Order: sequence, then structure tokens, then C-alpha cells
Amino acid sequence: MFRTRMFSVAAAILFITTASIAVADERYKPIQDKLVSKECGSCHMAFQPQMLPKRSWGKMMGELQNHFGEDASLDAADVDHIKSYLEANAADSGWIGGKFMRGVKDNMTPLRITETPHWVYEHDKEVSPKAWKDPKVKTKANCLACHPRANRGYYDDD
Amino acid sequence: MRLVFSYEFWRVGVFAIALGIFAGLSGSGHASPPASIIDGYLAEAKKGNSAFKGFSPERGRSLFFSNNTTGKPETPSCTSCHSKNPINAGQTRAGKEIAPMAVSRSPDRYTDPKKVKKWFRRNCKSVLGRICTPTEKGDFLTFMLSQ
Repeated sequence: MFRTRMFSVAAAILFITTASIAVADERYKPIQDKLVSKECGSCHMAFQPQMLPKRSWGKMMGELQNHFGEDASLDAADVDHIKSYLEANAADSGWIGGKFMRGVKDNMTPLRITETPHWVYEHDKEVSPKAWKDPKVKTKANCLACHPRANRGYYDDD
Repeated sequence: MRLVFSYEFWRVGVFAIALGIFAGLSGSGHASPPASIIDGYLAEAKKGNSAFKGFSPERGRSLFFSNNTTGKPETPSCTSCHSKNPINAGQTRAGKEIAPMAVSRSPDRYTDPKKVKKWFRRNCKSVLGRICTPTEKGDFLTFMLSQ
């Protein structure tokens, strides 16, 4: 009797842990550079560099005076510093491409994270078109509206 | 008279001098108050016009509330993002809150010259389609200090 109970408890624990591991895969290393957090986080949440390839960050940092229609210019020293951090932690910085490299072809340089195949796939399957119209969302770039811990790299709360 | 030569007197004196030096050093460090930033713009304004009288909070106010067609259509005015009252928080176009512009509500504003320069450069271009003159910048800061 005791053995059976032990077994079912163990089975339950095993089930819960594997289930949470299977779900908990949308986590990204929080930004650890003060200047990157500050400058990339003044107007919007500072997005984790793991969400775009190196070439995308390089292009973006080269055209900050027109950053999605905004002037986000910085002095040259700060641009260099931020660019190296973003490139060192980009989606393709590891020896194996990160999740955000999925479906990104060699000739593609996505600038909006919300247009990458991985982002589109993850949101299309769970977010209804109506949810995007919620006034508290305002823009697809507003991760924090639905992922309250997004600025710490945690996107598993959906 | 005895006090002058007492140990206590010298100890207090040395402490006061040390405090003065420390205050002087930290004062000239990174955290310069808004007044010194305004002084910088005043020197520039006078360079361009020797008859310059000084900054005006009223001119700053009308700049803040002005509606313009020379900049980006999304941001015709400072108030497009900073709300219609400087003591209230604003919101960026990406949905992030902006701390109030009034010094009374955000005392650490306008204390970092690099940050002030950066935002005048960016936002004058967005709202007016050009860089701001030293007079406009001084007027703006004078207005915000009065709020």
C-alpha cells in the first residue's frame, strides 16, 4: 500500500516537473549591461538581444537617427558599446542558433522582433486578433502588457 | 581666547575644511544642478546676441504648448508625449511612462548635461524638425524649473 502511494507521488512529481520544463522554454538572459538597459529602455522595454541576429542589431545601431520613425541618436562611444553587447548576445551568437533564428533566411535582416518567424508563430497560435486591440496593449512592441516579467527575460506566463 | 588654541577648536576647524573640500569636489562632479546647465545655455545665447536679457518661463511655456507642422506628424507638440501638464506623467509612443517634466515632481531631472543634450537633440528634431536654439533650451528649462 505504502509502496503504491510512494509510486504515485513520485509519478506525480515527475509529471509536474517534466510538464513545466516542456512549457518553460521562453526565457532569455536578462540584459546585464547598465548602458544597454538604460538607453534601449528609455522609450520602450529593452528587448533581449537574443531576439534578433547580429546583422539586424548592426544595421539598427547604424541608423538610430531614424529608429522606426523616431530619432534615437546617441554619441558614437555609446553606439559602439551598445552594439558590441547586442552582437555578443544576438540570436546567432552561440555555436548553435537560438530560437529566434528559426526560419530566418540568410538574406533576411529582420528589424522588428514582431516580424520574426518565431515571434509570429508563438503569438499566432495563442493570441486572438481581438486581444491586440486592447487599449492597454497599444502596440505589439509592448511585451509587458501581457508578460509582466518580460523585462527580466521571462515570457512563460501565458 | 583660550578657545582658539584648544584642541576642540582645531578639531572642529579641520573637520569643517575637510567638509568644504568634499562638498566642492562632489559639487563639481557628475551631478550638476539644472542652474549650471542653464548657465551654459545663457553663455551661448549671449554669444549670439550681446543684448540678450535672460530666459523667460513664459516663452518656455509657449514653446512647450506650441503646435508645429515642421516636425514629424505624430509629434506636433511637446505635449504629444509629455501630457498637457508638466506636473503629470507622459507616455512614449511605444507605451512607456515618462516621468513628469516639472522639477517639482522629478527633482533629478536636468542634472545630467549629457542626458539633457541628448533629449533636446532628439525631441527638437521630432517636434520642430530642427535643432533648438540656446534661447529656446534655456527658456524651456526655466519654465520647467518654475513648475
